[in-house]
Amino acid sequence: MPLVEGGRIVEDRYRRIDDDAPIPDRVPVIVPAKRFLADADELVRRDGSLGVAWPNDRRVAELAPWLGHLALVALDFPKFRDGRAYSQARLLREHYGFRGTLRASGDVLRDQFHFLVRAGFDSFEVKKPADARVFADVLARYSVYYQPGADGRVPALRRRLQGAAVPNAREPV
Amino acid sequence: MYVYDAFDRTLVAERVAEFRDQVARRLSGELTEEEFKPLRLMNGVYLQLHAYMLRIAIPYGTLSAEQLRMLAHVARKYDRGYGHFTTRQNIQYHWIKLAELPDAMADLASVGMHGMQTSGNVVRNITTDQWAGVAPDEIEDPRIWAEVIRQHVTLHPEFSFMPRKFKIAVGASAHDRAALRIHDLALRLFRNGAGELGFEVMVGGGLGRTPYLAKTIKAFLQKRDVLSYVEAVLRTYNQFGRRDNIWKARIKILVHELGAEAFAREVEQEWQNIKDGPLALDPAIVAEIAGRFRYPDYQRLEDGPPELAAARRADRRFDTWLGNAVANHKLPGYAIVTLSLKPEGGTPGDATAKQMDAIADLAERYSLGEIRVGHEQNLVLPHVAQRDLPALWRALDDLGVATPNVNLVSDIISCPGLDYCSLANARSIPIAQEITRRFRNLDLARDLGRLHVNISGCINACGHHHVGHIGILGVEKNGEEFYQITLGGKADEDAKLGTLIGPAVPYAQVADVVEDIAAAYLELRQRPDELFIDTVKRTGVEPFRERVYATR
Repeated sequence: MPLVEGGRIVEDRYRRIDDDAPIPDRVPVIVPAKRFLADADELVRRDGSLGVAWPNDRRVAELAPWLGHLALVALDFPKFRDGRAYSQARLLREHYGFRGTLRASGDVLRDQFHFLVRAGFDSFEVKKPADARVFADVLARYSVYYQPGADGRVPALRRRLQGAAVPNAREPV
Repeated sequence: MYVYDAFDRTLVAERVAEFRDQVARRLSGELTEEEFKPLRLMNGVYLQLHAYMLRIAIPYGTLSAEQLRMLAHVARKYDRGYGHFTTRQNIQYHWIKLAELPDAMADLASVGMHGMQTSGNVVRNITTDQWAGVAPDEIEDPRIWAEVIRQHVTLHPEFSFMPRKFKIAVGASAHDRAALRIHDLALRLFRNGAGELGFEVMVGGGLGRTPYLAKTIKAFLQKRDVLSYVEAVLRTYNQFGRRDNIWKARIKILVHELGAEAFAREVEQEWQNIKDGPLALDPAIVAEIAGRFRYPDYQRLEDGPPELAAARRADRRFDTWLGNAVANHKLPGYAIVTLSLKPEGGTPGDATAKQMDAIADLAERYSLGEIRVGHEQNLVLPHVAQRDLPALWRALDDLGVATPNVNLVSDIISCPGLDYCSLANARSIPIAQEITRRFRNLDLARDLGRLHVNISGCINACGHHHVGHIGILGVEKNGEEFYQITLGGKADEDAKLGTLIGPAVPYAQVADVVEDIAAAYLELRQRPDELFIDTVKRTGVEPFRERVYATR
C-alpha cells in the first residue's frame, strides 16, 4: 500500500506495532490506541517518534492530554463511505491544535483526496497504487472551495469580500 | 434570483470535468460499477429499473427563464422529451444514457446548474418556501440563508460521507410552506419577544419507515451563529449517528435514541468551541450574498385593476382559475400564480420540453423572468401583474397547466413508484392518475375543499404519505400491490403524522377508497367550510374506517 506525503509517494518511516509485539527503540512506530492508553506515560518517554492508530468510534478527546508528545496520529477509514475520521481530523487540528502528522489509513481512494487534505490530513496510505500516482493531479481538479477547512485556505465567502479574483495558485500539501 | 459569480462558475465547471473523467474511467472498465456508484451518486446519478436517472438541484426552488429553457433542452436532447419535478425542488430525468451524462451536465453547468447535493450521504439540496421573497406574511427572504448554507455545505470536506443523507429546510413566514418539521434540520426565522430576528432550530424530522417530526433544540439562534450551529449539528451527527444499519442511520434515530435534550447538549458543547471562529457570520458576508440576489424591477401598481374585474365577469372559467391558482403578492398590483402540473390523467410533477420552453417564455413576458418549483410538484410564476392575469391564463390554459385544482383532491403529490424506481414495492403514478379521473368534476373537488393526497410507492416515503391529509402507501404482499391508507397528516406549522385506518387494500380498490373517504367527509362535516383535515381532527379516523371497511 503506497504512502503519499508532500504530494509524492514516499517510503514509510513508521513501523506498525501489533497489540503484543515488542516495541523497538529509536524506530518510529505506530501503536494501537488501546495499547497506547494502557501504557501512555511510559510510551511517551521512549526514545523515537511515536504514532497512535486511533479508531473512528472513540472520541479523540481521550487522546488530548498526550498530543504534545505524539509525532503522528493515524485515523481509520474502514470503508470509503464511513466518514467519521474527517470529524476526528478537524477536531485534532482545529480544536486540539495538533501539529504532528495526520495519516489517513484504510479504504483511502483518489476521490477522497481533496476532502482529506481539507480536513487536515497530510499523510495518506492509499489503497490502490494507480490512485497514489495521480495524487497531485487529482488535487488540482479543484481551484476553489466555499468553506474554511483545516488546510488554512481562505474560503470563497471571505475572499469575495476581499475582492479577490478566482485563485489559481495552490498551496502545497 | 441568485446570480453566480466567478467562484460559483469555476466550481461547477471543475465538477463537470471531474465527472467526465469518472465516466470515462467507468466506460473503459477502469472503474467497476461498484466503485463508480458512490461517485455517480455524488453527482445526482442513480441507476433505476430501466436506465440511469439524473437528478438536478433547483436550489430553494428558484429558476430563471434561461435555466428552465436549459432544462427543456436537456429533456429534449438527452431524455425522452420530459422531466419530472420532485417534492424536494429538484428535477429528474429518467432515461439518460451514461455516455451522454457529462455533456448533459456541461450544458446544465452553462446556466449554473448541477447535480451536486442531490444524492449520496451529504447535505442535500436546501429547500424553502416556493413563495420566498414574494409572500405577504414573510419576515425576510429565507433564500439568502439557504444560499449561505448551500455554499458552506457544497463539497464540504467533513460532511461528504455522513451516516445518511441530510435534508435542510429554511422558512421565514408565519405559515409554513416548506414542511419544516419533516426535515433532518429546519431553521425558522422569526422575531422574538425582544424584537430581534433569529432562528428556531429543529432537528430529527423525517418520514420513511420510522417517521418523526423534528424537535426544537434551540429556541432562538442569532443570525451570526447559523453556520457554526449547523456545523455543530452535522459534526455531532457525523460522529455519533448510527452506521450499523441503514434503516437507523438518519439523524432522527440518533435524536430519538439519545433524547432531544441530550442531543442538544452535545451540539451545544461543540458549538461553544466553534461559534466565535471563522464560521461566525460577519454581516458583511451575509450582505454580500444578499446583494447577489437580483430582485425584479417592480412597477408601482394598484390592486384590482379594472381589466381584471371585467375578465372575471366575462369568463367563468377564468374566474374559477383565479380563485384557485392565484395568491396575494406582497406588493400591490401583483400576484403569485401556481401552474398545476396535475392535469386529469397526468403524472404529478411531469412537464414536457415544449411546456418548459413555453413557460420560460411566459415567465419572461409576465413574471419578470422568474419561475419557482414547489414541494407540491407544481410550478409558480411569482411576479405577475394582476392586469396580465387574463392573457397569462389563456396561454397557460393552452399549455394544459391551468387546471384549477391547486390544493384540491387531484393536486396529488406522488413519487415515481414502481414505474421507474428500483426501490418501490408498488406503483404510485397510475393510482394518482386514476384519482384525478375520479375527481375530474371540479365542482365536486371544490366542494371537498383543501385536501392533500400523498402517494408513496414504498416505505421510503418520497411522496410524503405520512403528512398527506389522505396518505397512500404502496406495500407488497405475496407479490401483489397493496396500499395502506392514513388520514389526518399535515406538513404545515401545525405538522402531524397521519393515522392508519385499517388493513391495506388492493391496487384496484384504492381510488374507490378515496371516493368513500370523500363521501364520508361530506356527510361528517359540520359546515361547508370545515376543512377535511379539521373534520378528521374532530372525529378521529373511526367514522372513516367504518365507512371504508363496511363493504370490504
